[in-house]
Amino acid sequence: MKILEAKDISFGYDKKEVLKNINLSVEEADFLGIIGPNGSGKTTLLKMLCRGLKPGQGKVLFKGEDIFRLDTRFVAKNIAMVPQDENIIFPFTVFEIVMMGRSPYINRFSWEKKEDVNIVHSAMKLADVLRLRDRNIDELSSGERQRVFIARALAQMPKVLLLDEPTSHLDINHQRDVLELIKKLNENVKITVIMISHDINLASKYCKRLVLLKTGKIFTEGSPKKVITKKVIKDVYGVKVELVKGNVLL
Amino acid sequence: MSNKFRIYILLGLGLLLLSLVAGIFIGSVYIEPLSAVKMLLSKIPYLKESISVTWEGNIEDILMKVRIPRVLLALIVGASLSVSGAVFQSLLRNPLADPYLLGVSSGAALGAAIVILTSLPFFFFGVPIVPLSAFAGALLSMFLVYGLAKTKGKLPMHTLLLSGVIINFSFSAVIMLLITLSNKGLSEVIVWMMGTLNNTNYELLPYVAPVALVLMAVIYMFSNDLNVIAVGEESAVYLGVKTENVKKWLFILNSLLTALAVSVSGLIGFVGLIIPHIARMIVGPDHRILIPFSAICGGIFLVLSDTLCRSIISPAEIPTGVVTAILGGPFFLYLLKRKK
Repeated sequence: MKILEAKDISFGYDKKEVLKNINLSVEEADFLGIIGPNGSGKTTLLKMLCRGLKPGQGKVLFKGEDIFRLDTRFVAKNIAMVPQDENIIFPFTVFEIVMMGRSPYINRFSWEKKEDVNIVHSAMKLADVLRLRDRNIDELSSGERQRVFIARALAQMPKVLLLDEPTSHLDINHQRDVLELIKKLNENVKITVIMISHDINLASKYCKRLVLLKTGKIFTEGSPKKVITKKVIKDVYGVKVELVKGNVLL
Repeated sequence: MSNKFRIYILLGLGLLLLSLVAGIFIGSVYIEPLSAVKMLLSKIPYLKESISVTWEGNIEDILMKVRIPRVLLALIVGASLSVSGAVFQSLLRNPLADPYLLGVSSGAALGAAIVILTSLPFFFFGVPIVPLSAFAGALLSMFLVYGLAKTKGKLPMHTLLLSGVIINFSFSAVIMLLITLSNKGLSEVIVWMMGTLNNTNYELLPYVAPVALVLMAVIYMFSNDLNVIAVGEESAVYLGVKTENVKKWLFILNSLLTALAVSVSGLIGFVGLIIPHIARMIVGPDHRILIPFSAICGGIFLVLSDTLCRSIISPAEIPTGVVTAILGGPFFLYLLKRKK
């Protein structure tokens, strides 16, 4: 069943057109990677899939319904987003930040319940930030912060998980942990994953399907094997590469 | 979590009560505590008959018509400015924000200055004109800032900040122009801009206090949203917060709260900047605690500052805003150093 669809969406900032007539459909339990050179519109596309930006044209549908017509809290319970680094000024603790993932579930007039605390704990455990529980977010390294945001997204208990370069600040060990975690959630809990990655190797290893963007258009899509070819890399990135089969780093 | 909440709030309320008592009894005229209690009790129906009047009438007037209203006004103004400061700091994600940053204060100052510097009457059918005019000025600047900042149906925070700063500059220039052209009322205008609870129209208290309390209560209902927005506006959208709505409402509610406080007390500085920081150092940035705790701290701080300003060189007075700045600065630095 199609869980998330982009129907003919276009978007531009003032005069510059960033995305042109993108059509995308994501099946439940899919693991989709979005790749492409800088400025190809990856982040813009991802933001539009979770109401972060409104498409200039076209629609984004969650289970067949326009996400801009759905209740914002309903969307947040179903679609979670892990943004690239955010600059946080106030000294919230890691626990408080992850608890914010529960905010679509918590009523305006009430405090978090025991159940919320339990969910937050397991989310922190999964993202390996439990030992940072009471640390202030502004004292953490960017890699630790990235994992806190992943924990926050998990606390939303979403059906769809969107990640904007989730491993960009992580060391090699945590890169593997985070990607294995996402893979496990995808396989065991059937969470649909859409992930932007600059690392073509990692994307091909973990994603079931890849979408390659070039200057705001889908250049090609399909299985990693089909998408990542010598010719495509040359055409899109302008780099000559040799493709070597084998276990890439992780 | 809610345990921590209860402890801090109860502790704060206790201190607040103590400072209110101090504020009521300290002053240029000594009021005997026992008579004061009797005076208060004599206001209660049924008890009235059993209490014999053992005090002079003018003492009762000082207590009931000056001390108590003034202390309560200090409480309301201090609480309002602190809540407003805390909310603006989070909304703009700027620790240097204060209630006066977004233009409300200069609008109010212009409104007050026009009445003080021209030959307009201070009372019109018994209604005090300066606070009314200040409030009108504050509303005017609020609408101007909002109108200037609004782009494509959204309220970007950096545009809001710039609009506020520019309105502040323009209105201050107009005030300076008025001062240059006028040959009366200069010192009154300066005292007003410093902020003082002396000679304020205490008869406005029954109107200002309930409205301020209601505004603070409504603002408090946005605590969860504010937490998420304080972390990042982008994330707030992903977490289901209707950010544009919340921002608009909080800007309006907060500006009204500031306008209300400023129109009866002038521009008392520092409270709205420093109290939220102090409160945040003590209870953390969670607005569900921060907002009520800031209100309490702000109340305590302004009640005590005002008590000082009317007793240091009594019977003369220093403008309250001067005392808040002199006390607030070093106290804040002390806390900052101690924390490190």
